[in-house]
Amino acid sequence: MINKGSKILLEVKNLRAEIAGVAGVAGIEILKGVDLTVRAGEVHAIMGINGSGKSTFSKVLAGHPDYTVTGGKAVFEGKDLFSLAPEERARAGIFLAFQYPVEIPGVSNSALLRLAYNTMQTERGLEELDPLEFDDLIQEKIKVVEMDPSFLGRSVNEGFSGGEKKRNEILQMAVLEPKLAILDETDSGLDIDALRIVAKGVNSLLSSDNAVVMVTHYQRLLNYIVPDYVHVMDGGRIVRTGGKELALELEARGYDWLRAAA
Amino acid sequence: MSTALHNLVNQPYKHGFVTDIETEVVPKGLSEAVIRLISKKKSEPEWLLEFRLSAYRHWLTMEEPAWANVSYPKIDFQDIIYFAQPKPKKQLASMDEVDPELRRTFEKLGVPLHEQKMMTGVAVDVIFDSVSVTTTYKAKLAEVGIIFCSFSEAVHEYPELVKQYLGSVVPSGDNFYAALNSAVFTDGSFCFIPKGTKCPMDLSTYFRINTEGSGQFERTLIIAEEGSSVCYLEGCTAPQFDTNQLHAAVVELVALDNADIKYSTVQNWYAGDENGKGGIFNFVTKRGLCKGVNSKISWTQVETGSAITWKYPSCVLLGDNSIGEFYSVALTNHMQQADTGTKMIHVGKNTRSKIIAKGISAGRSNNSYRGLVKVGSRATGARNYSQCDSMLIGDRCVANTFPTIDVQNTTATIEHEASTSKIGEDQMFFFAQRGIGSEEAISMIINGFCKDVFVHLPMEFAVEATKLLGLKLEGSVG
Repeated sequence: MINKGSKILLEVKNLRAEIAGVAGVAGIEILKGVDLTVRAGEVHAIMGINGSGKSTFSKVLAGHPDYTVTGGKAVFEGKDLFSLAPEERARAGIFLAFQYPVEIPGVSNSALLRLAYNTMQTERGLEELDPLEFDDLIQEKIKVVEMDPSFLGRSVNEGFSGGEKKRNEILQMAVLEPKLAILDETDSGLDIDALRIVAKGVNSLLSSDNAVVMVTHYQRLLNYIVPDYVHVMDGGRIVRTGGKELALELEARGYDWLRAAA
Repeated sequence: MSTALHNLVNQPYKHGFVTDIETEVVPKGLSEAVIRLISKKKSEPEWLLEFRLSAYRHWLTMEEPAWANVSYPKIDFQDIIYFAQPKPKKQLASMDEVDPELRRTFEKLGVPLHEQKMMTGVAVDVIFDSVSVTTTYKAKLAEVGIIFCSFSEAVHEYPELVKQYLGSVVPSGDNFYAALNSAVFTDGSFCFIPKGTKCPMDLSTYFRINTEGSGQFERTLIIAEEGSSVCYLEGCTAPQFDTNQLHAAVVELVALDNADIKYSTVQNWYAGDENGKGGIFNFVTKRGLCKGVNSKISWTQVETGSAITWKYPSCVLLGDNSIGEFYSVALTNHMQQADTGTKMIHVGKNTRSKIIAKGISAGRSNNSYRGLVKVGSRATGARNYSQCDSMLIGDRCVANTFPTIDVQNTTATIEHEASTSKIGEDQMFFFAQRGIGSEEAISMIINGFCKDVFVHLPMEFAVEATKLLGLKLEGSVG
């Protein structure tokens, strides 16, 4: 399970970040020195209590404007991640599945997917697909998440149930084929069937060239997507790293013993 | 708001330049003497002077309307120039004699005055300050009997038609601004489509306010005779001044039996700066009369540019089976205020109307939809469908909807749908995270939101409208 030889995709060193202050109020530091190395072919899980910094970490990697990086660095495939705009990070192959997917009224799912896909194709120096060609592609991809094709014609996430929104995120991931997918609590709010579908979708996309970082509260997800590493985050740092058995231990013992140790 | 986006917002208004041209102006202020002077300058017949004076006397008794959801300092009507015209060097015999400075102005605005250069096959009447500068393709249209000329010319050449229809849809005392317009209007476009004629090209008027402190009061009159049809486009811009300028136009449309008029506007007056200084007060009365059976009048408007918009393009559905339509996108940004919508007055039997109104508010602007659907007691089988959607961008803007439905016939079918949505930083970040930059994201959102309206614009206008809205909105998200 330890892919010592494989290529490093992401290397984060001593990352510090704060949530931007408003109207003269100073920002609040949330990440206080995060270290993480992700290699191609690996699955990482980041766990921790509410407010430990898990979601902030994923948003900071994707470049959410609410956060300011105050220290440390992150290198993605040799590139300084923090010198890239959010859309450039996406085009470089970083994908964030959102914890709360937003609704985009008036923009159809298929139009969004095609624009995003063609942006990526252009980035990779490949041909853009016209709507008909893209339809062939999307009809295949939609099977991955067992979604009804009628979802393609609907406005992005508008009127979707919680589970449908999460499946839609995985559909976007399937279309964009990122090198590094960060799943921010993709399992929260999912019933067991939806969880199974989402997990199946993610597993089918995994390869030796890409990697997944899952942020989650629950061990449940890890039964379906088996991690190589489990990290525990607390107080804006990763305080413990282990194999998948660490998740089971957390499930049994809670987080307090780790917090005391940290 | 991120800096990159912020910079985009503050892109200058590209039509804000002033043409340095010798202009003849009547001194500021309004009185019977000024009206007589305007009428005399235009060598008008006595009946038209009477029309003006009676409107003026009526106007004096009227109060400025205060019911609209807009606020602005009281307008000093004595501080406005009511007549300004570029000084003609001599009588114009052909288009080539148009003042080169003027021609350059319109080339800069993308309105070619040269017929040879016109790729689009659109006949254009160009109004600069108070007067019509030129009308293109006039001869070609005359071949099929279509009259398309400046209002002043129509008064002299076709006085009977003007006399018959002027004020027949918007009476001179209809409302405060219509009365003011009736008293002082200086020029505008006149269009007459004879019986059974389908207008072979789109007709277009381009309005330009140039002189500082001047108002623009133009009058458009379009008559479509039995079985005829016409597609009419209107575009507007103005230079950037710190003072507010008043634009109080009147547009009257008359559709006789089986006639069809489609009127489209892309309005891009100067909107004032981001703090609300300057900009056009756009107080306009537009109304169409579906006079004949099976007639149809369709308004499509894209409103982007005034400091204040007060405008309700309406349809009076008099003829049985007549159809009225209103498709509107009203966008406000910064400190702009818009109170706009429509009135559908069902009088005849089996009359139908459709309203699709899209309001987009950004910055600290205030955007109101105000509509009236009225079904008279004789309008058996009348039908209306209304849809009003508001989109809020950012968290300091306001959107309102004031629909009024007044039904006096039990057989009427009225439907009204409304929605409100919000676009903020989260949506923009979502697009970015999927690799899509802010410009494309905004264009996609706006196109999606407005597509029900844009499909009714002529192709060229639709492209322009999409670009314009994108430009006006860039940077307002986040």
